[in-house]
Amino acid sequence: MPASVHSQDQDQSMMDATAAAPQEQEQQVEQEDVLEEKRIIVLPGATETAASFQFEGEGHTLGNALRYAIMKKCVLLFIVSVVDIVEFCGYTIPHPSETKMNLRIQTYDTTNAVEALEKGLDSLMDLCDVVTDKFTASRDAFNASEADKMNS
Amino acid sequence: MAPLVPSQAELDRRRLVDINLETVSNIPSTDFPGHWPGESHEWNLEKFRNEFNVEFHRNERFESSFSLIGVDASIANAFRRIVMAEVPSVAIEFVFVHNNTSVIQDEVLAQRLGLIPLKGSVDGINWMRWFKKATEDDPEGSDPSDYNTIVLRLDIECTKNPNADATENDPRKLYKNAHVYARDITFHPVGRQEQFFTGEDAIQPVNPDILIAKLRPGQKIDLEMHCIKGIGADHAKFSPVATASYRLLPDIQILRPILGEDAKKFAKCFPKGVIGLEPVTREEAAKQGSGYEGHEGETKAVVRDAFKDTVSRECLRHEEFQGKVKLGRVRDHFIFNIESTGQFDSDVLFLESVKVLKLKCARWKRGLADLMR
Repeated sequence: MPASVHSQDQDQSMMDATAAAPQEQEQQVEQEDVLEEKRIIVLPGATETAASFQFEGEGHTLGNALRYAIMKKCVLLFIVSVVDIVEFCGYTIPHPSETKMNLRIQTYDTTNAVEALEKGLDSLMDLCDVVTDKFTASRDAFNASEADKMNS
Repeated sequence: MAPLVPSQAELDRRRLVDINLETVSNIPSTDFPGHWPGESHEWNLEKFRNEFNVEFHRNERFESSFSLIGVDASIANAFRRIVMAEVPSVAIEFVFVHNNTSVIQDEVLAQRLGLIPLKGSVDGINWMRWFKKATEDDPEGSDPSDYNTIVLRLDIECTKNPNADATENDPRKLYKNAHVYARDITFHPVGRQEQFFTGEDAIQPVNPDILIAKLRPGQKIDLEMHCIKGIGADHAKFSPVATASYRLLPDIQILRPILGEDAKKFAKCFPKGVIGLEPVTREEAAKQGSGYEGHEGETKAVVRDAFKDTVSRECLRHEEFQGKVKLGRVRDHFIFNIESTGQFDSDVLFLESVKVLKLKCARWKRGLADLMR
């Protein structure tokens, strides 16, 4: 089963420290183990600017979102014009019965594949923050207007 | 050289997925660097922040509908998939059958119990940790504890009802506990669970009227259930939503006037409220080349609310509307509909999915750092 998504942002202040201390420690170790399992493998044949990464325990969910984020990357060179840095990015699920996702990145000389992947993950995280902010603001405004309607 | 800026008409064309009589066209997104010569489609957080928008249509506790506008399909789809398969919830996972003399077999009963949606204090559920099942690599697994297991019991026996009328035929009146419902499940808090799951916040089935089994006098069910946290990818019972889906906003363009009886027929091709009928005004009739010349006062069809359309394409089947209407869908306008099973509020579920995606990225970034070491 994929590892915890809640484990890091949980409020542990309710924990009874004295009674739960040994358990707590054991749990921390356990969860770190789960996190350690997340490993990216670089498939054979990789060069600096072209590499295939294998993500274990991922599927279309992250694969397609990450492909989009990486393909959106480019740099503006001042004199020449727009020059993109990512030549190609695609993902595949090599076999449906294995929970593995392969991501292929080919870049131009201005960067390397690992950096493109890292930037892709970064921009996806920034995007998530924007979505959360806008969603919360819109929901609160909607709830307020609904409450107004009820009162009037 | 500054990047080329395409015309508004071109941008409008790119924003639509065309829907034709038998086909769809202009399907894939093209907003990538290198696709359109000279244009910049680089990822820009500020631009995204300005263009992205959320519109709410409905926000009830267990069902909400909202639009995400200005986001790519890959991202919207990631959120939808995460809501269904990766946002954790609590469900019955282990059933210890002490006694079951009903006609329903142990394993079938256990399967039915697992699918019952549960509710309880959200703080308490968030406080709960994962229960690690024993595997071949790790034969120990987690020990059941207050922070990872919730204990429910079902102990019920069917007996004859001595007060029943002699001519009674209804087994529910003839016997006591002839039907076992979800409301017969009892919650037994342990340790710190007592602080979280009290009173109304106790763990209980969302719907008390779910029929679990039928009994006859002398039959009994006595079992203990352990609920753990899990995700929908592992088993559908852990999915926190009944449905989570999106559709693209429909777009209807009337290219040439549709008048009189045709307009009425045209309106009938769509669900109620999509197409409105209005009289042609004097100004429109006076305008050369509008197609309304000399039709003042006649009824014309106008698009009132494309949101309500189901895109049945019915209007494309009729001879008289050929070339007069263009159907499409807005590529980056996703109308989400999320229906919760009752454990969490539906709007919270979407926020959870965003959080899950972010944590996923953060974890893989750490994995990437390990790779580089």
